[in-house]
Amino acid sequence: MVGITSYGAYVPLYRIQRMTIYQALGWLNPASLLPGEKAVANYDEDSLTMAVAASVDCLNGLERDQVDGLFFASTTTPYKERQNAGIIATALDLRPEVRTSDFATSLKSGTGALISAYDAVSSGSAKKVLVCASDCRLGKPGGYQEEIYGDGAAALLLGDKDVIASIEGTYSLSYDFSDNWRSDEDKFNRTWEDRWIRDEGYGKFIPEAISGLMKKYDLKPQDIAKVVYPCLYIGAHAGIGKGLGFDKSQIQDHLFTSIGNTGTGYSLMILVAALEEAKAGDKIIVASYGNGSDAVLLEVTKNIKKIKDRRAIKKHLESKKDLGLYEKYVTFREVLPIDTGGRGEEVGPTQMTILWRDRKWLLGLCGSKCRRCGTPQYPPQEVCANPKCGAVRETDDYRFSDKKGHLFTYTGDILAFSPSPPAIYGTVDFDGGGRWMFDVNDCELDSLQVGMPVEMSFRRKFHDLARHLYVYFWKATPIRA
Amino acid sequence: MADGIKDKVAIIGMGCTKFGERWDKSANNLMVDAFLEALEDAGIEKKDIQAGWIGTCYEETSVGKSAIPLSITLKLPFIPATRVENFCATGSESLRGACYGVASGAFDIALAVGVEKLKDTGYGGLPQTDSQVGTAYRFIFPNYTPPGMFAMMGTRYFAQYGLTPQEGKHVLARITVKSHHNGALNPKAHLRREVTIEDVVNAPIVAWPLGLFDCCGVSDGAAAAIVCRADMAKKFRPDPVYVKALQIAASSGEEMFCTDWDYAHVETTVHAAKRAFKEAGIKDPRKEVSMMEVHDCFSITELTIYEDLGISPRGRAKEDIEAGFYDLDGKLPCQPDGGLKCFGHPIGASGLRMMYEMYKQLQGKAGPRQIKNPKFGLTHNMGGIPPMNVVSVCIAGL
Repeated sequence: MVGITSYGAYVPLYRIQRMTIYQALGWLNPASLLPGEKAVANYDEDSLTMAVAASVDCLNGLERDQVDGLFFASTTTPYKERQNAGIIATALDLRPEVRTSDFATSLKSGTGALISAYDAVSSGSAKKVLVCASDCRLGKPGGYQEEIYGDGAAALLLGDKDVIASIEGTYSLSYDFSDNWRSDEDKFNRTWEDRWIRDEGYGKFIPEAISGLMKKYDLKPQDIAKVVYPCLYIGAHAGIGKGLGFDKSQIQDHLFTSIGNTGTGYSLMILVAALEEAKAGDKIIVASYGNGSDAVLLEVTKNIKKIKDRRAIKKHLESKKDLGLYEKYVTFREVLPIDTGGRGEEVGPTQMTILWRDRKWLLGLCGSKCRRCGTPQYPPQEVCANPKCGAVRETDDYRFSDKKGHLFTYTGDILAFSPSPPAIYGTVDFDGGGRWMFDVNDCELDSLQVGMPVEMSFRRKFHDLARHLYVYFWKATPIRA
Repeated sequence: MADGIKDKVAIIGMGCTKFGERWDKSANNLMVDAFLEALEDAGIEKKDIQAGWIGTCYEETSVGKSAIPLSITLKLPFIPATRVENFCATGSESLRGACYGVASGAFDIALAVGVEKLKDTGYGGLPQTDSQVGTAYRFIFPNYTPPGMFAMMGTRYFAQYGLTPQEGKHVLARITVKSHHNGALNPKAHLRREVTIEDVVNAPIVAWPLGLFDCCGVSDGAAAAIVCRADMAKKFRPDPVYVKALQIAASSGEEMFCTDWDYAHVETTVHAAKRAFKEAGIKDPRKEVSMMEVHDCFSITELTIYEDLGISPRGRAKEDIEAGFYDLDGKLPCQPDGGLKCFGHPIGASGLRMMYEMYKQLQGKAGPRQIKNPKFGLTHNMGGIPPMNVVSVCIAGL
């Protein structure tokens, strides 16, 4: 039996009301108003950081050493050449002897990665493959796409032991249907007419893939507990399920009015929400949409009960903050070229030799633990910092990224440049030992207190505009859920 | 057995430019100004100088690296010249180099210069040079500024000693008020206006809890000292000032990498001060130190220095501050010239500017700021940030 052995997801803290966007730009396109709210990545988040967060959620309590593959699916990978999955694998502190791949350029890349991971484990060529899917897409200001797109990520671990939802079959359709496209020269997505998209693409491919799957495995609508597929248009979404013969209770909530259409990760995020409520024996169908459709049939096992301590979708939905201003949204997403001042323009050169040599502690937040006195230290210290010890080169690697801590002290700095002032940072004392200073984000200065618990979150540390490099590191945030 | 620097070196001449936003002067111009004043004060000629030290920190925004800027600007005739840097302790390091050169017997007379030109940076605050913490650390340091790093000491001090933010800000404000009173009396200071507690408490926040008036400004300036062997000093003037102690202490790493240090004091100051008092033969600093110039980059820094020097009891500097203990007419005047707060902090120059004030006070030449019968003057500099820094404590006397 091969299938999903664990799941995780990530929704950014901030939400923006669609009405807020409409109030800023609805004068341009009065027909563009949609209901609800959508998730907005913070200025220091992107598809890669969100994939790390979802993966950390998925791998909670599991041995990272056992993961032997990582597939990253996104249409908004920060790099076009430099493997993004490799950056994620390093941040997760996986072994180097793993296979990593980016699945890119299509919204169905998430299910594509899922199916490939299933194939890898089924064939015996891998044992535990982590699939993470994430997007951070941009629609042009004032347009319908801007209202639709939300940011978020999902992660699924595939294996053949302790399976919680076995993969029973797949059905794939590939159509070069360019309803939505973005070339390497574009910052924003482009689309064709919505009526055509709805009638000829969205409304056709998902039903074709799902009914193809059901026919292949001789299934009727009443056999299926939940059907999962993305929402492009709310009315059409309901129509798809109805047309396939499902009743409303079988159609998994599309989350369109709470997180938005989150791109490549979208169908997998809705799937994670379904798994959170699923019980043993449930058959679930998940279908993606984008240049065709993949449909995958899953059957939930009794192991589903063993999955605890996942933030997944539910806890992330509950933990939210209204961004408030449309201007903040376009600033965070680098749509508006704000005045950073002279200080904000200064970025020193990034040494790739250092990023390589020190990748374990720069990306993986691994320090050292002294074998003699047991003191954890970050960054790793060759000479033990404990004045009563002084051991030299007697250390083991020690991972800090999955440790919680508390804020020993902090400040909100208005002199430092930040797109979201004040720049908040503080000293974190980790549970179990160790201390370092970190940027603190996803919080207001007023809410902080000396001693409050924090956790670590993988973020974009800076954007070197001169060399087009995104440099990543960890920041502290209040405990999210 | 090493027996310290006490009474082995004398300062026979000093110079100090007006500090401020010297748009009209380059670093080289400022260096020449300070040098000429020192030379005239010592009554010697340039050819008498046998070695020179230049202290400058942000060389990339002022003179550039090495000691070449010193030797070619002042046209020193192929003498030994050295550039030193230790963040904000740079000026004091320059003095140390010259003093040790003379005390070792290698030279009779040596020159120490400190200069910094910060107002070519182009924006407020210190230059945002990413690599000043090293090329690897810049990837893991938070998006910080010096005000923020010291502000964290404020947050921690308030929490640890039970001060509400309002109480804490009031105590800090009293420090600034005291310094501005002194700076208003000093023609070489940049800021010469008295301020009130309300001005300080209500000033815009720079890095919480520090406001604009809790932070020293960034400015341009230079200062210079000419030193000689103590046994030669009276040949040059009847009132030389003698170096009693020169101490530096650098962080061991335990403050940053272990969790014992409380971020409410500076451990290096404690070590440097203990050694300095021992070197100078001072047993009761609170009683014997006549005056001091300490590193008031931020008001909270000055507060913790009082305790770290062992002058105010730990956690209770508030009582001395509010009693006026450190005022110009108090028991131990602190920042009689106005401090970093009124001069600004051209990094390479500050340590020497502090010694300039101690020197003038000991010679009875401080005019309206004159302290009665001073015996020992202490200067203190701190370079870096509270968890990792280098501190210098120097003592001069008659």
